[in-house]
Amino acid sequence: MAESDKVSEKKGESDLEGALARRLLKLAEKFGEIELDNVTMTVDELTFLLQPAITRLQRPITRGELVAAKPVEKLLEVEFAPPVETYPAQMAEVQLGATRNEGGTRGRAVKVGGAKALPFYGFEAVNPNRPAFAMDVFDMPIHLAKAVRQHFEDVMGDPAAWARKCAHEFGADIVSLNLVSTDPGIKNTSPEDAAKTVEAVLHAVDVPVVVGGSGNKQKDPLVLEKAAEVAHGEKCLLNSVSTDTDYKRVVNAALEHGHSVVAFTPMDINNQKKLNRLLLGEGLPKTQLVMDPTTGALGYGIEYSLSLLERIRLGALLGDTELQMPVLSAASNAWGAREAWMKTEEWGPKEFRGPLWETVTGLTMLMSGADLFMVSHPATVRVLKQITENLNGLGEAKYTVENWVAALG
Amino acid sequence: MAKKATLLSVYQLLPQTNCGKCNEITCMTFASKLLERRATIEECPPMTEAQYKSQAVKLRELVAPPIREIVLGSGERSVKIGGKEVVYRHELTLHNPTAIAIDVSDKMDDTTIVARCRFVECFQFTRIGQKLSLDAMAVRFASGNAERFAQAAALVAKSSSLPLILCSLDPEALRLAIEQKDVLNRRPLLYAATKDNWREVGQLAMQYNCPVAVFAPDDLKNMKSLVRTLRAMGLEDIVLDPGFFPEGGRMKDSIERLVMIRRAAVNRDDKDFAYPILVTPAVAWMGDNVDERAAAYKESYLASLVITRFADAMILHSTDTWAILPVITLRQGAYTDPRKPVAVEAGLREIGKPNEKAPVLLTTNFALTYYTVSNDIESQGVTCYLLVLNTEGLSVESSVAGGQFTAAGVKDLIGSSKVESKVAHRKLIIPGMAARLSGEIEDLAKWEVIVGPRDSSEIKEFLERRSEVVQT
Repeated sequence: MAESDKVSEKKGESDLEGALARRLLKLAEKFGEIELDNVTMTVDELTFLLQPAITRLQRPITRGELVAAKPVEKLLEVEFAPPVETYPAQMAEVQLGATRNEGGTRGRAVKVGGAKALPFYGFEAVNPNRPAFAMDVFDMPIHLAKAVRQHFEDVMGDPAAWARKCAHEFGADIVSLNLVSTDPGIKNTSPEDAAKTVEAVLHAVDVPVVVGGSGNKQKDPLVLEKAAEVAHGEKCLLNSVSTDTDYKRVVNAALEHGHSVVAFTPMDINNQKKLNRLLLGEGLPKTQLVMDPTTGALGYGIEYSLSLLERIRLGALLGDTELQMPVLSAASNAWGAREAWMKTEEWGPKEFRGPLWETVTGLTMLMSGADLFMVSHPATVRVLKQITENLNGLGEAKYTVENWVAALG
Repeated sequence: MAKKATLLSVYQLLPQTNCGKCNEITCMTFASKLLERRATIEECPPMTEAQYKSQAVKLRELVAPPIREIVLGSGERSVKIGGKEVVYRHELTLHNPTAIAIDVSDKMDDTTIVARCRFVECFQFTRIGQKLSLDAMAVRFASGNAERFAQAAALVAKSSSLPLILCSLDPEALRLAIEQKDVLNRRPLLYAATKDNWREVGQLAMQYNCPVAVFAPDDLKNMKSLVRTLRAMGLEDIVLDPGFFPEGGRMKDSIERLVMIRRAAVNRDDKDFAYPILVTPAVAWMGDNVDERAAAYKESYLASLVITRFADAMILHSTDTWAILPVITLRQGAYTDPRKPVAVEAGLREIGKPNEKAPVLLTTNFALTYYTVSNDIESQGVTCYLLVLNTEGLSVESSVAGGQFTAAGVKDLIGSSKVESKVAHRKLIIPGMAARLSGEIEDLAKWEVIVGPRDSSEIKEFLERRSEVVQT
């Protein structure tokens, strides 16, 4: 009873509002303008202002009012043709890892790239290689979010064991070794000693290996050069070079020993093109080049990366030869976001929040066109691999319920 | 290809009198604002006059986005969905962020329903100065008892001011629910018309002037036929659900259907698909003995996935903040203006009213870093000077690693910002993640360097805890 009173009261209010509006409009029409509490309005302005109220009155929603639909006898059957577009070009394919037959010692190789259409636009074309997932390994104990650290506590400081864990337990397609200890500001490990770690990891696992430096611009080329030498023939991926490093040294080492190179630029498509141009100009073929245009973490610039990757893929398919290399995404950057690691009651348990943050960061890059990923948490690898399968139409569906509305219970 | 409005084609339909009533100097400037959706036709008073009536109709048609914009609900918390003009984000800002509805089932008891309504209504999260919220309530018919469904719908209408979605494939249940006065006043979205019930549900939507969703799982030919039919019945506010089945390999078609619908509408001018898309990540909860955490995790990444695949509205089940947080964060990012620069201007900022004793903090000019830091310290009530270093729009971690964050750069910034004339001390607090540069900065800039926290949320606490060191 009380409820229906409230409703009629509301209705009364809007009726009154409408009546008032109409009266004002009449007055205004008569005098050309109207004064309301120091505000003078012309008819036009008033008509405009009052429009919403009047419109509401013209179309009242009342119970039982019968607005009949136009009679339609039966379903109007129409045809639908998928809006397929064709592209003049495709992405280059890069092979990581070489088997014994190919001059290396890997159990299997992983090919990335080669896309012929936008990511998972399977109605258009099926891309030849599924995206690959590399897991991060560090050559020394390092500060990691607790949710990640708990999986690697026992292997910290032992990169070979760490790599084994990633490849054998967590299903990593590739191991990404980061030689952070070579940084002069950290341990200043020599290129020779770092190369020994590379050998140990190559020995410990038979999946392809990415070799990364510490991010030190002067030291990295020396470290990567030495690593390339000891990993001769293994088709590693050297991570990375940029416009202001000695990229020639790294490219030469890659060419001499049969590796590929990551071209890293900070979120700028033109800089990426420029760097690619420089590297291609040094004689590095497209099939030995991978782009890393920077992955911003979810909530910390991911939208820039999303648009960047879409533009790269579209540009490449339309024929821009400077953008046709596979794209690397360091989804593990997600752990830099405070939402991934900070203990905050309001946000809920961080042991779910953290991996989910990395999963969503990686997934967004997957849908935007990344071909190769670096991730830290085992759950991210598991989930992204499964989604990738499903997006390619693989995997059995347990449920075939069509009426989800009722079936959800 | 749909015909695209150009500056000239818009201008030609305007009065071209440069009367200035829209507060623009010329009709041409107004035309460009109209084109960029920064103004509406109603803001040009002459266009509402009788003499321009036919031009106004043409103009409206010309600037209408390829995807119809539909208003869900009524009143203050009504929400617009659709209105999209492009397929890719970099082409133009995406309008109307994906509306997120949380479901209730009519099998839940009343207390649970009211609690869920309250949670959704009050949910609010502030990120980078923006308030993020949830948008709607979806009521599902699962009990098999149409009267219970109507009752649950009325309860939700009473307990929530948010837009309603009535979910039932049974037209009689929908009728009973919508005829509840509280429900009807809210102009709920009717979910859904199908190949089996389109006649009845279409008539209901017509009769009660409600938007209606079309549910055509697995078949876009069917979807197109259904929409064509509803349009012929006189319906205009239509929402499309082509079926979302992320189980196993069915995910492929589910996602591809979303792409085909949007592309057909925007690039091929397909009028039957020119409507907002609704996706139901809540199906992650399907099945017996559902592990709640696994389901919430899955629902969260599925919801995130469809944000990048044209979802204009979605129905979720989870009310776990940890699962909702990534979704609303991605939505916020995806719907920002793609032209927004990655970097903010470098230089000196005053936070609060700093005096000569105020601490001096350092951060980078990456927009996200800068806004996070400045929002944090402002909300913590910290008064300080904030030096913003040009790191070419990179975060602290990336720029320290990438060499854009250098001691020499800091020295130059101290000089060019004239901060030395503003404070009486020479103490600089640098980000925790730039710790390894502290020695070099001290040597070059001749300032004492204090390594601050790794995260800006801890700045206030840091300043208090380390007050003797920071004391100036």
